[in-house]
Amino acid sequence: MPSKPAGTLYRGREGMWSWVAHRITGVGIFFFLLVHVLDTALVRVSPEAYNEVIGTYKNPIVGLMEVGLVGAILFHAFNGIRLILVDFWAKGPRNQRKLMIGVGVVWVVLFVPFVIRHLTHVFGG
Amino acid sequence: MDVKVKILRYNPEVLDESEWKTYSVTLLPGDRVLDALHKIKWEQDGTLTFRRSCAHGVCGSDAMRINGRNRLACKTLIKDLNPEKEITVEPIKGLPVLKDLVVDMEPFFDAYRSVMPFLVTSGHEPTRERIQSQEDRERFDDTTKCILCAACTTSCPVFWSDGQYFGPQAIVGAHRFIFDSRDEGTEQRLEILNDKEGVWRCRTTFNCTDACPRGIEVTKAIQEVKRALIFRRV
Repeated sequence: MPSKPAGTLYRGREGMWSWVAHRITGVGIFFFLLVHVLDTALVRVSPEAYNEVIGTYKNPIVGLMEVGLVGAILFHAFNGIRLILVDFWAKGPRNQRKLMIGVGVVWVVLFVPFVIRHLTHVFGG
Repeated sequence: MDVKVKILRYNPEVLDESEWKTYSVTLLPGDRVLDALHKIKWEQDGTLTFRRSCAHGVCGSDAMRINGRNRLACKTLIKDLNPEKEITVEPIKGLPVLKDLVVDMEPFFDAYRSVMPFLVTSGHEPTRERIQSQEDRERFDDTTKCILCAACTTSCPVFWSDGQYFGPQAIVGAHRFIFDSRDEGTEQRLEILNDKEGVWRCRTTFNCTDACPRGIEVTKAIQEVKRALIFRRV
């Protein structure tokens, strides 16, 4: 076997890339939850410590990270529903591409209004 | 027209690494990638190594990665590949490369053998055919088309990173008998595929369905086996 199997990237379609995106968003959400559980647990240490830590989140950089977080959660949630349908609905595999388009549409419909509202809070208020 | 074909070459007797080589060949738009490989081997570089037998999409010998996707070289027309640009040809992924486009298919065939791809029955052999209704035959019609080319199994990201996974083809091979009303080995086969390296490894990327040169809905077949396992009903 070649020591370095140099080759091109496999050109999968939406099924493969949605799987890649599902994994990346999944790992991202896990790290958010880790931090989230830790900072919420601070309230047991002292309410002042909790307030102090939460206060540091009120800056534009974290505001932009929240945009990414909501985008990732929305994709992960709706793609998860798509995967459940592919697994359990007999017509799922045949309609997976349409389901993928559905995920995209729902994602845009929910994400765009959120971004507008959220960013006006972050940068306007 | 002149077409540039870029092939990932590997010869363990010369170099430990694989390397890209580009060839220029004159082809017709209706020619196949296999014709390009033949022209290169016969007219330019006799050391180019690849498998092919029937050359008409039936034997399943010449699965390779053409422009990044698993295809049969004998079924892929040059005009469908955007011949203005270079055409890339690589060996299929996830099986050990032996030379150029030839890979070791044994791990792939081992997985196929392990699902018992043959009719299992008990009792005396009937003196006439085993009768089956058209509806019962229809249940597994799609998976009878498999030609064991390995295009599906080697397009699967799970198989690339975990060679223990049975792979789409073995599940297709099992599906063909699991849903056959004449077969009595269903329980055994379902138990084999219930393994942690069995159907549950499938992440539904649909690469296999896209790659299958016979148009088998591979992912759908895998999902049917999954559901048969969950609901214990075929």
